Amino acid sequence: MSANVSAIGFFTRTRRAGRIDVTDILSWLWLIGGTLAVLVPVLWAGMSSLKPEAEITRFPPTLLPRTAVQVDVQGFDKPFSLWNVTVEGESREMAMVRRIGLKAQMVDPDNPGKPVSVDTRSISPVQRLTVATENYTDPLTRFSFLTFLQNSVFVTFVATILTLIVNALAAFALSKYRFRGDKTIFVLIISTLMIPLTVVMVPAYLVIVGVGLVDNLWGVIIPTVASPTGVFLLRQYMLTIPDELIEAARVDAASEFRIFWRIVLPLTAPALAVLAIFSVLWRWNDFLWPLIVLSSRENFTLQVGLNAFQGEFSVQWHYILAMTFLSLVPVTLVFLFLQRYITTGIAGTGMK
Amino acid sequence: MGDLKLKNLNKSFGAVHVLHDVNLRIDNGEFVVFVGPSGCGKSTLLRIIAGLEDVTSGSIAIGGRDVGALSPAERKIAMVFQSYALYPHMSVRKNLAFGLENLKFKRAEIDARITEAARMLAIEPYLDRRPKQLSGGQRQRVAIGRAIVRDPDIFLFDEPLSNLDAALRVQTRAEITKLHREMQTTMIYVTHDQVEAMTMADKIVVLRAGRIEQVGTPLELFDHPRNLFVAGFLGSPRMNILKGRITIGDDRSVLVDVGYSTLLRTDVDSTTVAAGQEVLAGVRPAHFALADAEGLPFEVQYHESLGTETYVYGKLQGQSEQVIVHQPGHFAPAPGAILKIMPLDGRLHVFDPASELALARGRA
Repeated sequence: MSANVSAIGFFTRTRRAGRIDVTDILSWLWLIGGTLAVLVPVLWAGMSSLKPEAEITRFPPTLLPRTAVQVDVQGFDKPFSLWNVTVEGESREMAMVRRIGLKAQMVDPDNPGKPVSVDTRSISPVQRLTVATENYTDPLTRFSFLTFLQNSVFVTFVATILTLIVNALAAFALSKYRFRGDKTIFVLIISTLMIPLTVVMVPAYLVIVGVGLVDNLWGVIIPTVASPTGVFLLRQYMLTIPDELIEAARVDAASEFRIFWRIVLPLTAPALAVLAIFSVLWRWNDFLWPLIVLSSRENFTLQVGLNAFQGEFSVQWHYILAMTFLSLVPVTLVFLFLQRYITTGIAGTGMK
Repeated sequence: MGDLKLKNLNKSFGAVHVLHDVNLRIDNGEFVVFVGPSGCGKSTLLRIIAGLEDVTSGSIAIGGRDVGALSPAERKIAMVFQSYALYPHMSVRKNLAFGLENLKFKRAEIDARITEAARMLAIEPYLDRRPKQLSGGQRQRVAIGRAIVRDPDIFLFDEPLSNLDAALRVQTRAEITKLHREMQTTMIYVTHDQVEAMTMADKIVVLRAGRIEQVGTPLELFDHPRNLFVAGFLGSPRMNILKGRITIGDDRSVLVDVGYSTLLRTDVDSTTVAAGQEVLAGVRPAHFALADAEGLPFEVQYHESLGTETYVYGKLQGQSEQVIVHQPGHFAPAPGAILKIMPLDGRLHVFDPASELALARGRA
C-alpha cells in the first residue's frame, strides 16, 4: 500500500478491493457502536450540564440545552412564558397570562389587548437555545467547589507521586536483586490483589483512627500508596532492563540508590506513565475511602463534595452534572500529557 | 598498580561448581586473554575479578591489595561488556561522564577526560548522540571510552567483539591492541575466539570446565601445548591426532609407530617412556610436508583452495579418521590420489592417552 493514502481512501478500504464484504459491514457496525457507547454518555452529561434545572428532567429529552422564553408584557408586573398558539387558523407566539384547567388566557406581547382563551392541548412552549452557565458558576461560589478541587488535586498529586516512588522501589528490589524469599514476597504482594477494599475497610479505618489521621487528607493518601498492581506492572517492566546495565553502573561507582534513580527509573518511564495514569484515575475517582475517612466539609475531596448535591429528598442534577463534567477535565489533561510517553514507550521497545 | 593475583579461587552457583582452585598471576601492563569453550567459566572468572560476583573461597589481590570484600568501583577496574551496556537514555557524553560524576570528579576534570578519550577513539562527532543513533562499531568505542575515562588499574573486556561483523572485528581488534600499547595498562580480555586470543595476547589463559589448562604466550601454547585439549583448542584447522606406539631406536631416540613402515621421530625424553607404550601423536595441518618415497600414505578426499593456501582433506590409508594437510599456494591433488606426507622435525606432539598430558621432551 502506498504511504500517502488519502483520508477518504483510508476510510473506504474494504476487505476485498472493489466490493463490500460482510466483514466490512460488521466491522463498521462494531466500530461505530463502540464509539457511540463510549462517547454518548460523556456527551450527554456535557450537554445536560448546560441545561437549566427544569429542562434536565423534561420528557421527551432534548439533546441541545434549551429553555422556555419569558417575555415582559406591557401592563403586567411579572414576565410571562411565550407559547406557540393557533388562533383562528393562524399560528402566533403569545404570552400566557394564566391557566385554568384546560383553558389558558393568552395575550399578544406586542399588542396587549383583551386576553384570548385557548385550549392548552393545542399550545406548545417557545424555546430558545440557552447555556445555563449558572450550573457552573453557582457551585463555584456557593458550594466551596474550589476547596474540594484543591483537596482532590492535593490527594491525587501527592498520592500519585508516592505511589510511583514506593512501588518502583519495591519493583526494583523484586526484579533486580536475588535474595532468599524474593519469589514468596512477590507472590504475597500479588495475592493481595484478590482482597477487595470492602474486606479491609474496617480494619484499615481502625488503623487510621489509631494513628490519628481521621479527617485528614494524609489518611486518604497513605493507605492507598502501596499498590500490588503497581508493583506487578513495574516489576515486569524492570525485568526487561538488562542486568548488564546495572552492572555497568555498579562498575561506574554508582550507589544502589543512584542506579535506581539515574538508570532504572528513567528506563521505566513508559511503565511509570501507565501507572501514573491509573493512579490519577484511582485517586481522582475514589469515593468510598475518602467518604469514610473525611468528615468535615473543608476536607472533602471533589467526589465526596459532589455527593452533597444529592440530598435525602432531592437530587440537584444540574449541579452534579456540571461538576462531574468539570471533574473530568484534569484527568483528561493528565491522560493527554502522559499518553505520549506510553506510545514512545511502545515504539522504543519495538526497536531493537 | 595493575597486577593481579588469584589464589585458590573457587566459585559455586548452588550445587554447580564452576571454578576449581584457580591460581593465576598477571603482571602490571600485561594483555591477558582468557580463552575456552562456552561454559568454561572464563566470563565468571572475569566477573569475579570485577567484583560483580562473590567468590566461594580463595583470594583476589590487585596491586598487592586484597580486594575480595571491595565493590567494583573500589577495585579501580573498568569493564567493557559484551552488549556494551551503554545507558540508552543518556547521550554519549553523559555515558562517559556518569562514572566520573559518581566519583565526585570536578566538572573541568570530567570534560578534560572525555575530550581526551573521545580524541583517542575518534568519537568526538557523536558525543551528543544517544547510543541508539550509533552503529555497532561506534557503540563499541563508546563502551571502551567509558572504561578509559575512569583511568582504571585494570581493563576488563567480556567478549567485546562478538556483536561486530567480521571486518569490523579485525579493525577493532587492532584498535584495542594499539590502545594497550599506548596506555600500557593491564587488560584482561575474555573470548572464545582463538584468533583474537592469538593475535592480541601477551599471555593466554586456557580454561576448560572451570580449570586453568595452561598459561603462556600465544606461541608457547601453540608450540608446546601442555595437553590434548590445549593442542586441539588452539590452531585452526585443529591438530590431527593419530594413534600410535612408542618405539625406541638403536640410538635411544624415541620414535612413534602409527601403523606404517615409516616411524615418526620425536623429541620425547627417552627416560620417561617405555617401548610399546600407547600414545597419541598430534601434528598440525601446516606441519605436514610432502615427502618423496618415505612417508605416511595419505589418501586425498577433497581440498579447499583459499588462494594463498590449500587444505587437503583425506585419511591415512587403512584408517578412518580424517586428516588435514596444509599446503601453501595453489595445490590441486586429484581425489583418490595417494600422497606421501611426513611431519616436520620437532613438530610432532606426543600425548599420553590416559592423562591426555604431553609427554616430557628431551633436549633437542
